[in-house]
Amino acid sequence: MASAAIEVIDLHKAYGPVEAVRGLSFEVERGEVFGLLGPNGAGKTTTVEILEGYRRRSAGDVRVLGHDPASRDRDLQQRVGIVLQSSGFYPRVTVREAVQHFGKAYHRPRDADETIELVGLSEKADARTRELSGGQRRRLDLALALVGDPELVFLDEPTTGFDPAARRTAWGVVRALKDLGKTVLLTTHYLDEAQELADRVAIVKEGRIVAEGPPDQLGPSSSRYRISYLSDGNRVELQTDDPTELLHRLTRDAISRGERLDGLEVTRPTLEEVYLELTADADST
Amino acid sequence: MSTMGLAWEQFRFERKLFWRNPSAAFFNFLLPILLLVLIATAFASDDAELEVLIPGVAGMGVLATTFTALAYNLTYLRDEGVLKRIRGTPMPAGAYLGGFIGSAALNAILQVALVVTIGNLLYGVDWPQDPLMLAGFTLLGVICFASLGVAFSHVIPNEEAAPAYTNAIFLPVIFISGVFYSADDLPDALKAVAEALPLKHLIDGLSEAIVGGGSDVGTAALVVAAWAAAGLFLAVRFFRWE
Repeated sequence: MASAAIEVIDLHKAYGPVEAVRGLSFEVERGEVFGLLGPNGAGKTTTVEILEGYRRRSAGDVRVLGHDPASRDRDLQQRVGIVLQSSGFYPRVTVREAVQHFGKAYHRPRDADETIELVGLSEKADARTRELSGGQRRRLDLALALVGDPELVFLDEPTTGFDPAARRTAWGVVRALKDLGKTVLLTTHYLDEAQELADRVAIVKEGRIVAEGPPDQLGPSSSRYRISYLSDGNRVELQTDDPTELLHRLTRDAISRGERLDGLEVTRPTLEEVYLELTADADST
Repeated sequence: MSTMGLAWEQFRFERKLFWRNPSAAFFNFLLPILLLVLIATAFASDDAELEVLIPGVAGMGVLATTFTALAYNLTYLRDEGVLKRIRGTPMPAGAYLGGFIGSAALNAILQVALVVTIGNLLYGVDWPQDPLMLAGFTLLGVICFASLGVAFSHVIPNEEAAPAYTNAIFLPVIFISGVFYSADDLPDALKAVAEALPLKHLIDGLSEAIVGGGSDVGTAALVVAAWAAAGLFLAVRFFRWE
């Protein structure tokens, strides 16, 4: 029973001669917020759309809540909520009518007004969808994905094009989902979003995962801790994989010389540095 | 909810949407009636003209409410990503499309009923000679043009192109199929085209059911049914959700 919510094993997807996904593997635990982070065209959306059942994989194995999404089981669709990168609405219905209508296909729908409240759209419940702003439309996307009270939610670039305030609201909704015990698979090309929301992140580049782990522990061996201090007014910078050992040596030597390590700083590589290093073009490095 | 229940919910939802879109309601529904009234008023003294016009406009109404409306609306829904969104929910495809197409079918049936009623009340054309045959041809026409409309939407590249694509079929076909005047007077080449297409045969069938006169309903039914079969095959075989 304690199987992962999502299992992806050596996934491949080719569009004609173009290989969009080239051997991806990862697992998402139940209750986890997992981020697929990468530049545009890295294969994130292709991967998610295979998991959602929209596309067929070329090779590899995929399990979503124990099902093969390619078989498009009704039972699986009952338990999954999908926010696509872009999708339209019926223009002439109100927010409440849209949420109520989409709720009908589910065995145990969440109350429409409660769902609208969850995404922070209550004051627009009686507005027609065409009157909504971009951020409000995205919240309606989320409401339509959540009305079936899914166990697993796919969010494909949920905040692209948002202003900062709208992003904060959307992040609040994702945290609320996590608090409700939902599993979330999120794609994004925003580093701060991955760092803010995801329990674990996989960085995708050219259809492969180049790094994976909790956002604050991500880093290949080349992105090392940096320790710097001032010596005679000049900043000395050292890099290490083992900051404990190096710090111990530095401070021991300084104390034995009776010196202070002025301006001592220990910095971890930020996710941004890791990301930029990992996704840089091979030929530009 | 069962698939039938969901189809019914979708149907009711589509009816609500239809009446909230006044321009679509106008063009798919009231324009044929308007044309009927204008032309019938001009020729009201001529019974022979009216006996061509009433079944002709009824047939055109079936074409407009099913073929044109479905091809256009499906292209819009596909282009906007509404179909893709629905594809990602547990709504069964059959329930969704059943409700959606059922709504167009109801428009077609209302249209035929309205045209026949106006013909009788305003212009004194007799009530249909054979109501059962009228129902049969209306249903056959709905199946034929609804499936052709769904199939045709696969060809339309995007929403902006939809009016041009649908009109490129709709307008020539109504002019050669004997909607406003008898198709017998057309040049042979155009007559041959009209004979190969389903609208003329649907109108022949409707005409026989409404005013009688001894046209060959067997051939008419066969041609419409053949196009319906082809339309159904193409509609299902090439359906695209995105």
